[in-house]
Amino acid sequence: MAMIRFDNVTKNYRSKKGLDGVSLEIEKGEFVFIVGASGAGKTTFIKLIMKELDADEGRIIIDGRDVTKLSSREIPRHRRSIGIVFQDFRLLPQKTVYENVAFAMEIVRARRRQIRKRVPAVLSMVDLSDSAGKYPAELSAGEQQRVAIARAIVNRPGILLADEPTGNLDPDTAWEIMNLLDRINTFGTTVLMVTHAKNIVDKMGKRVVTLEQGRVAGDVRGGRYHAAPHPENGIYFDPAPAPGENRGKR
Amino acid sequence: MIRAFAQAFRQMRRNKAMTVASIFAITAMLFILGLFFSVMVNVESAAEAVKDDYNTIEVYLVDGTTKETIAADQEAVSAWDGVEAVHYRTRAEAMKIMKERWGKSGYLLDGLKDNPLPDSFVITVGSLEKADAIAAKARALKGREDVRYYKDTVGKLLRVTRFIRIASLIAIAVLLVIAVVVVANTIKLTVLNRAREIAVMKYIGATNWFIRGPFLVEGLCLGALSAAIASGVIALLYKRLQAHLNDQIQMILQIPMVDAHTLIINMIWIFMALGISVGIWGTILSMRRFLDT
Repeated sequence: MAMIRFDNVTKNYRSKKGLDGVSLEIEKGEFVFIVGASGAGKTTFIKLIMKELDADEGRIIIDGRDVTKLSSREIPRHRRSIGIVFQDFRLLPQKTVYENVAFAMEIVRARRRQIRKRVPAVLSMVDLSDSAGKYPAELSAGEQQRVAIARAIVNRPGILLADEPTGNLDPDTAWEIMNLLDRINTFGTTVLMVTHAKNIVDKMGKRVVTLEQGRVAGDVRGGRYHAAPHPENGIYFDPAPAPGENRGKR
Repeated sequence: MIRAFAQAFRQMRRNKAMTVASIFAITAMLFILGLFFSVMVNVESAAEAVKDDYNTIEVYLVDGTTKETIAADQEAVSAWDGVEAVHYRTRAEAMKIMKERWGKSGYLLDGLKDNPLPDSFVITVGSLEKADAIAAKARALKGREDVRYYKDTVGKLLRVTRFIRIASLIAIAVLLVIAVVVVANTIKLTVLNRAREIAVMKYIGATNWFIRGPFLVEGLCLGALSAAIASGVIALLYKRLQAHLNDQIQMILQIPMVDAHTLIINMIWIFMALGISVGIWGTILSMRRFLDT
């Protein structure tokens, strides 16, 4: 069963299309890059998964549950099954590193004992045990992003959404974050990362879904990032696709 | 719950200026409301007291009216259509009542050499439609000196009371709306300050009530604190006013002001309920937009 399934999903805004008849399946434990130019529909895609927006048409199935049919009361529970990381970290500045991570557990009403046990373990995983008492302002950008990742995974979500998580980071730090996300993925978490970082996409060799004007313009496993179709054949060209894997066409 | 309270107090400490400003605004609102309330309660109480006179007709008797005439008149009046009771009030009894009405100033009446009040009949009218006819008949009684019939006066007074009551209710409603808007704006500023935090909480999967909790407690505290201050100020003011004016009012209107203790206790309850409701509603209104997604 797919972890994330979009069935012919359309989302219209007043003046333009956010997504236009998108169908896509992402298996449990996959690592998928969502790429595309600005306005291609990447953010809409993420927001629909989070049920921050409602689809106009189609169905979105997350871990077997039809998100399009969720009532507003069911949304918080749905979101708890998804971890999210943003480009600008979105940490709470008045809380320490420990408190920021613990806060995610307080929200799901975890027991104190459980919080005391799990938060240090997750901080250790992101290599921030020594910074538990520090405030976000005292940390480097890379460290802040690691706190954000720790917060995103502390409740052990099945899916981790990363919206340009390396956008504000220098190349070395960006790779640290990618290694961390890769490690989280190897533990079985489905990772969906929106990015513009061509070098990262190319080097990681993961599945790449390209969006263009709200449509899936390419879906390649072990793919590379192409912001535009090949000038000759109009295909989002992958020079070395794995055998038997599909190529997207316009 | 504990988290909500702790966070609310932290928030209020952090935004001291805003907290003080909104407490001041709500207190001012409740204070004006309290003034209306005090006036309304006193007018209502006066109206209630005067209403008792609405169905009575007092017939003053000429000095020296014989017992036989009095007895005959009383018997005749009792038989009139619409009369419920006739009470013969001696001048001594009338003086006693007046002294009671004058309260603390009643001793002034002790200085009178003679009792200037006349004996009288107090006719209680059963049916108000027949009051005019009874008053007209009473004027034809043999021993009568004067007939005091308060229907018009009481009617006017009741109309004024009704007007004051409606005006007060409108003023109270307007003030309440203003208070809700003030609280809503105050809380909105706090919410705006924390919009990012709220967005993060929503992404993590916090329920609306989890997010709302601390803000509701903040609104509740602002309301309750303002209610306490406003009640205190009004109580102080009313007590002073009562100490200075009660005797004069009692002498002029023959009705005492409403007891400070009763008024204040009721006002505290009402203010607390209003303050807390205003705080909570202000919060709910101001947060609606932020909790939409």
